[in-house]
Amino acid sequence: MLNTITNTLQIDPTQNPELAAQIDAILEEHRNKPGCLMVVLNEVQTKVGFVSEQIQDYIAASLHVPVSKVHGVISFYSFFTTRPRGKHTIKFCLGTACYVGGSPQLIEKAKQLLGIELGDTTEDGNISITMEACRCVGACSQAPVVVVDDTIYGRVKPSKVTQLIRALEKEG
Amino acid sequence: MTYFRSHILVCNDPVCTNKGSMEIMQALIDEISSKGLQDEVQVLDTPRIGNCENGPEILVYPEGLHYINLKKDQIPFLVEEQFLKGRPIPDFLAPPKKEQAQELGEPTAKEVRVVLRNCGKIDPQNIEEYIAEDGYQALAKVLSESTPDEVIDTVRRSGLRGRGGAGFPTGLKWSLTRDTVSNTKFLVCNADEGDPGAFMNRSVLEGDPHSVVEGMIIAAYAIGATQGYIYCRAEYPIAVRTLNIAIEQARAYGLLGEHIMGTDFSFDMEVRKGAGAFVCGEETALIKSIEGKRGEPRPRPPFPSVKGLFGKPTNINNVESYANVPQIILRGPEWFSSMGTEKSKGTKTFALAGDVNRTGLIEVPFGITLREIVFDVGGGIKNGHEFKAIQTGGPMGGCLPTADLDLEVDYEKLTQAGSIMGSGGMVVMDDETCMVDIARFFMDFIQDESCGKCVPCRVGTRRMLEILTRICNGEGRDGDIELLEELCVEIKQDSLCGLGQGAPNVIVSTLKNFRDEYEAHIYKKECPAKVCRALIQYEIQADKCVGCTACARNCPVDAISGEAKKPHSINPDTCIRCGICKNVCNYDAILVK
Ligand SMILES: Cc1cc2nc3c(=O)[nH]c(=O)nc-3n(C[C@H](O)[C@H](O)[C@H](O)COP(=O)(O)O)c2cc1C
Ligand code: SF4
Ligand code: SF4
Ligand code: SF4
Ligand code: FES
Ligand code: FES
Repeated sequence: MLNTITNTLQIDPTQNPELAAQIDAILEEHRNKPGCLMVVLNEVQTKVGFVSEQIQDYIAASLHVPVSKVHGVISFYSFFTTRPRGKHTIKFCLGTACYVGGSPQLIEKAKQLLGIELGDTTEDGNISITMEACRCVGACSQAPVVVVDDTIYGRVKPSKVTQLIRALEKEG
Repeated sequence: MTYFRSHILVCNDPVCTNKGSMEIMQALIDEISSKGLQDEVQVLDTPRIGNCENGPEILVYPEGLHYINLKKDQIPFLVEEQFLKGRPIPDFLAPPKKEQAQELGEPTAKEVRVVLRNCGKIDPQNIEEYIAEDGYQALAKVLSESTPDEVIDTVRRSGLRGRGGAGFPTGLKWSLTRDTVSNTKFLVCNADEGDPGAFMNRSVLEGDPHSVVEGMIIAAYAIGATQGYIYCRAEYPIAVRTLNIAIEQARAYGLLGEHIMGTDFSFDMEVRKGAGAFVCGEETALIKSIEGKRGEPRPRPPFPSVKGLFGKPTNINNVESYANVPQIILRGPEWFSSMGTEKSKGTKTFALAGDVNRTGLIEVPFGITLREIVFDVGGGIKNGHEFKAIQTGGPMGGCLPTADLDLEVDYEKLTQAGSIMGSGGMVVMDDETCMVDIARFFMDFIQDESCGKCVPCRVGTRRMLEILTRICNGEGRDGDIELLEELCVEIKQDSLCGLGQGAPNVIVSTLKNFRDEYEAHIYKKECPAKVCRALIQYEIQADKCVGCTACARNCPVDAISGEAKKPHSINPDTCIRCGICKNVCNYDAILVK
């Protein structure tokens, strides 16, 4: 996995003023809403890309709630990640339509090409790709669906998976 | 409203936006202004235009021209030719529809659009267009003519039942919340739509958000709520954005906020995003999630109508339930209840997916048969295959076989047949689908999404998954079927929420309708549909193989060898039976045994 992120600078708001400012802005905007914790965490996940343990501590202190509560929420919802993902993410839809439409084959192909399992991130040097499964992205009529970063590809064939991954590797 | 001579609809569905359809939209707007055509040509965005393979796609009305694969640098030329000179550009046009579409005959003959009536027709980001289609007239009517009790009575008489799955009568639900005494009441719209294979609510939220907003305001008036929340899943960013725009516009028009339409009635709402937990679609879990907590269901009673969000009486309905309300008010409850069956009134949207020719969103009156849905609306099974089963209702639903095709779709009949209505996912499966594998797939989903709060669901679904997995792996034992049956009964009885209670449906229904497939796996170590990997083998037929090398190049584990232009062969020891080779072979040379 991502051992490249050894320095906590990137993920600790108390050591990274820029990150702290970003999170403060989110906190200020939403802190007065009832049930604001979910809103804040959602925004942080979307804008920062992850909610590290240090960020959880920071949010808990700012909202005056126990860290355990923040942690409980983070661990409950699959949308939150505590670690930064790879530079690129390739997601395979395992919703019903996509499963029936052949996404397991696509995953097989990608595993072979990337040499990793679902949920892992490649480590070779300058390019990191995270491979994940996801549930229905709402494009079922185009099953099977693959999502590369934010781009959705429909009716994907195994050969297309090769193309997509090669394109990412080229892009770096 | 201004009169435009032409309209351009730009696809805003994920496939197209990701290919830059929003940039194309901007380029069109810029180019049209620079040519001084902004008062003649209107640019709108809309969901799903074509078959999604050739985005960005646009439609030009009134001509109905369908342009595909647009690039930004083509826009000036397009605008010049199409809108200044009035000449279509054949090179950019989508090829004429294939025969497939013609074989469908009248594709929409059996469909009735109530909830979807505006989708794709009006600009979802422009409240004026909704208003031009009688939008907010129902609200005006209610506020000027009816007491809250009269509104509830109208909804009750229409026979509307909740579209989120359980089919609870909406009028009754409203009156329960109305009758609970409290200064503060909340209204919640369930837009979590977590069922894989379902996208009905998304289409309404993105295509006609004001119908949901208007329905919610009417409901709030009826029950006496002051604040509303729309809980929308995080995977639907466009829906969230469209809703926010709609709410903003409604506020600007005095339809939300203090003293709505100059009356004493005040109500406002906001959108809250989910975070990828399927169980949060369950109402008590959803409420906890809005409160900023872990979304674990709690026992009912007390029901949300008595003790809901932040401990206050709360009415919670599905997107589609609310979207029906304005039409019921305007056209009257008798009109609504004239559609459907005795106990299920009106229409229902379904997301038709899987092995049918025409997948996509449909809206049909209750009482239509499954056969009509699959063969008339869906155009029959793809690639000349046979129908095998239809899975309805999402993960807690069941699989219905050919014998059930003439079933009239309504809440009771689907339940009697061993499935559920759910929120409206329908996945059609052909004869190449293994029903044991499907059961395993759903159990994997359910097991993964179980919140773990109660033991029968947490442990039981894991046990069932283990058993199904071993059956699929060819390691099924005598007694496994009976064991599954026992577990099904226990889990159904002892689980706290609908997820656990519905978890056995897929197993019970496949055991009932496709028991022979389970038996073949367990006793003969065979997968009749040739899907379960441990039980099949791939072989190349030397007489058919032309040695094109396509299979060898695509095999993920290099199990195929052979010289170009000579018959290839598969090494059964390295082959992982993924089936890719069979898919890529154009000569039908690969056999599954
Ligand atoms: C596990 C589970 C998931 C659910 N998911 C949804 C959903 O995605 N959308 C929905 O409207 N209702 C869902 N429901 C049903 C809700 O609990 C609730 O019955 C519904 O929102 C009530 O609205 P209605 O009366 O308009 O149908 C789900 C229920 C369960 C048990
Ligand atoms: S039945 Fe399952 S999902 Fe529902 S509360 Fe129990 S463990 Fe959670
Ligand atoms: S793809 Fe088919 S024809 Fe081509 S080498 Fe493989 S088996 Fe032979
Ligand atoms: S089934 Fe998959 S692993 Fe086996 S030979 Fe074909 S492509 Fe290779
Ligand atoms: S099942 Fe894959 S997009 Fe819906
Ligand atoms: S995504 Fe644009 S036509 Fe389907």
